[in-house]
Amino acid sequence: MATTTAPAIAVPAESATGFWSWVTTVDHKRIGALYGVTAFIFFLIGGLEATMMRVQLAKPENTFVSPDVFNQLFTMHGTTMIFLAVMPLSASFFNFLIPLMIGARDVAFPRLNAFSYWVFLFGALFINLSFFLGGAPDTGWFGYSNLTSSQYSPGHGVDFWAVGLQILGIASLAAGFNFIITIVNMRAPGLKLMRMPVFVWMTLVTSFLIIFAFPVITVALVFLLFDRLTGTNFYAPAMGADPVLWQHLFWLFGHPEVYILILPAMGIVSEVLPTFSRKPLFGYPVVVYSGIFIGFMGWGVWSHHMFAVGLGPIADSFFALTTMLIAIPTGVKIFNWIATMWGGRIEMKTAMLFSIGFIAMFIMGGLSGFMHASPPADLQQSDTYFVVAHIHYVLFGGSILGIFSGLYYWFPKMTGRLMNEGLGKLHFWLTMIGMNVTFFPMHFVGLLGMPRRVYTYAPGMGFDAMNLLSTLGVFVIGLSLLVFIWNFLMSRRSGAVAGPNPWGGATLEWAIPSPPPPHNFGTVPTVHSLDPLWGKDGEEIARTANQVHGHIHMPPSSVWPMLSALGMTLLMSGMVFGWWVGIPGLVLMLVGLYSWAFEPCH
Amino acid sequence: MAVRKLKGLTWSRAAGALVTLMALACGACGYREYPQTTLHPQSDYAQAIQRLLETQMFWVVVIFVLVEGALIVTVVRFRSRPGAPDPKPVHGNTVLEVAWTIAPALILAFVAVPTVLTIFKTQGKAPPGALEVKVVGHQWWWEFQYPEFGITTGSELHVPVGRTVSLSLETGDVIHSFWIPAVAGKRDVVPARVNHLWFTPDSVGEFPGQCAEFCGASHANMRMKLFVQTPAEFAAWTAAQQAPPVEPDSTSLAGKGKQVFLEVGCVACHTIQGVSPGIIGPNLTHVASRTSFAGAIFPNDAPHLAKWIENPQASKPGATMLNLNLNPDQIAALVAYLQALK
Repeated sequence: MATTTAPAIAVPAESATGFWSWVTTVDHKRIGALYGVTAFIFFLIGGLEATMMRVQLAKPENTFVSPDVFNQLFTMHGTTMIFLAVMPLSASFFNFLIPLMIGARDVAFPRLNAFSYWVFLFGALFINLSFFLGGAPDTGWFGYSNLTSSQYSPGHGVDFWAVGLQILGIASLAAGFNFIITIVNMRAPGLKLMRMPVFVWMTLVTSFLIIFAFPVITVALVFLLFDRLTGTNFYAPAMGADPVLWQHLFWLFGHPEVYILILPAMGIVSEVLPTFSRKPLFGYPVVVYSGIFIGFMGWGVWSHHMFAVGLGPIADSFFALTTMLIAIPTGVKIFNWIATMWGGRIEMKTAMLFSIGFIAMFIMGGLSGFMHASPPADLQQSDTYFVVAHIHYVLFGGSILGIFSGLYYWFPKMTGRLMNEGLGKLHFWLTMIGMNVTFFPMHFVGLLGMPRRVYTYAPGMGFDAMNLLSTLGVFVIGLSLLVFIWNFLMSRRSGAVAGPNPWGGATLEWAIPSPPPPHNFGTVPTVHSLDPLWGKDGEEIARTANQVHGHIHMPPSSVWPMLSALGMTLLMSGMVFGWWVGIPGLVLMLVGLYSWAFEPCH
Repeated sequence: MAVRKLKGLTWSRAAGALVTLMALACGACGYREYPQTTLHPQSDYAQAIQRLLETQMFWVVVIFVLVEGALIVTVVRFRSRPGAPDPKPVHGNTVLEVAWTIAPALILAFVAVPTVLTIFKTQGKAPPGALEVKVVGHQWWWEFQYPEFGITTGSELHVPVGRTVSLSLETGDVIHSFWIPAVAGKRDVVPARVNHLWFTPDSVGEFPGQCAEFCGASHANMRMKLFVQTPAEFAAWTAAQQAPPVEPDSTSLAGKGKQVFLEVGCVACHTIQGVSPGIIGPNLTHVASRTSFAGAIFPNDAPHLAKWIENPQASKPGATMLNLNLNPDQIAALVAYLQALK
């Protein structure tokens, strides 16, 4: 089939290599790779922070790190894992996959997409710079007012945190709008909304959550920065303010944020399970509607993070009931996933193992979540290690396992090579053992009364053995990551050649070569069904997707998104460093945006 | 009615058995090995929470076994075998979807109803005749005031068994969370607010607690002790606390310690009734009657007191007590005075 390879046509110089080509790229696939590698490095940094905390807590009254450093570590561990690891790892999949899955040649705004990545990178570096400039933030990733006021946190850590989150918020907002517009406007002919892959649906829901949730924390952080930098009194109780305002704003952002972290992983699992069960997704519309329902309900449950505040029995009852209600669509998703596998022919590839592991672990995280949905029970569990166990079963057992599943599944599409299955399975089992040894004992140590965010604990409380076990588990997780990194590097260099569709997947990305050419589709396919490659015209789509007729216009690479992002980051970091950084940043940003706007794009 | 009662009995028995199993799994969660456990309730409030937890645990275990079981059965039964036929492309089943939407909703109702009942029962007004105690959270210690007896103390809360205790909770600085798991769920202390918490302790004993909301450098060191006493013991305790402070012989070491106390600046922060008026630090009128100090993290003995006074920040990170750079003689005298304040 000679026609399936791209003939020599005027393909943009985007396929160039070298450092500069990565700095200036606007190709969604390359930006996806940048997001992935950067976020994975931050995932390792966040993991290192966690390991240091676990070593400190291995025995009572340990002195491995000072209390001050410990408080910085848990603040930065949470901030890093949420904003610098899991969100951008999801963004990596959005970037790489969404145009491929909807039959588009790029996202709606390729240069804005590059801008998002660079803002994310610079914002992430900015927050972590605080470690070397007087101490990282140390008031928790939730930064409760009034502990964050200048009176109780006089150092610059909180400023780095607040400004850094504002910078990262801009990256997320730009990406959120970009993906909504891409998904709404750029689908291939015939790809109706209810024919979209579930991953595309979950990206759409997540993007809507991002654009509605980030403005809330933006407002909360603007208040905080005004309080700290200009002496306003938004959260100052002495001036009649109610510091609980911060908690409402933070969790009104924070709970949708939880779904921003988990819905992409649910989307990944919904793609992987059908492929390796050789069966379409069971109850596709129900899975989609459940995801949308979870997205909506995510706005009505925020005060379940605040049951201990004392909001009164009516508020507590209301938020308990809405929270329990979310268990229904979540349960329905799990039942549909199991039903997808039921009657299938399950191939135990590594990607499939991680998806099955996701379901098994997410059930446990869901059940512990159901336990503290009940306020009286939560009043014993909140702020203890029980909740630490819960969030790690949903975020590590959920999001991270889902992301690994997606990585093993789409690695061939990204690189053209297969990952080593033996090492992959070793990675999977070490991960499962490591995470359960680490996090399962935390349920008990929490119920036995150990609060979270403590740098030490007294001997004789019965916490010793289980803490030591948790610490040992972390090293198993570390080992699993070494196996993964080795596998990734080796497979990328010398893995078996994958071909366009190594797993027999049903979605459009599997119709084109691996890795895809810069323009993705030579001919944009017309979609007639859910699971197009499994349909009657699947072979036809695979045959024509790579045929090029005439000139394909692709956006040229540009350095201005990166320079605009750098200027904007410098401008905002001026709030911490002073005008001598802010003013040059403003100039650079304006020059960058102007040049961007008037840059010829052909 | 009889049927319902019987059903309820079996239910709570099953739940009880499960919680016992859970307890066994973590090595018999008795409160002697696990003094701060949430699973060994010692008051009406803590027991109401425990009953709710048992109901939840019952359903959690049932759901866990059924769903994880279904997952495992599916994965094992339908794993790829050589020669297995191509699966049927089933797209869904409306009856199943409706069923597995309604089933969790029903289970949720079984938990939601007792949840709401427990919320309203435990967050209502305290019954009349309760012992009122005002709790003030400070970075990083707890202050307890008994308006009924005119007593102010720190880090150690004394209450009589069988009498309802009604706490009003405030903070002197940032948000903290008051938590003594044996008798009550946690309740935050929030600036510019007064929160309430009441419980009736049902057994005598000593129960630890600690701050549960991150509150800065020494959050981990903001602990406390609850002493639930017999009414007679409690009456004796209140009488001793109401007495004026011990007046040491001025020639004794303790007497010299009192002079040091008055001269070096302790008076600015600490109250000793009739001696000094400071209110920033804990009231020391009867400090020697307490078993611990500095947020209940050190035993109240001479070596620990001396070490503490010598350099508070070295003993407790971020401690707000000033290091007055006292010499060893001054410290020894001060410790003697503090130990005399029974």
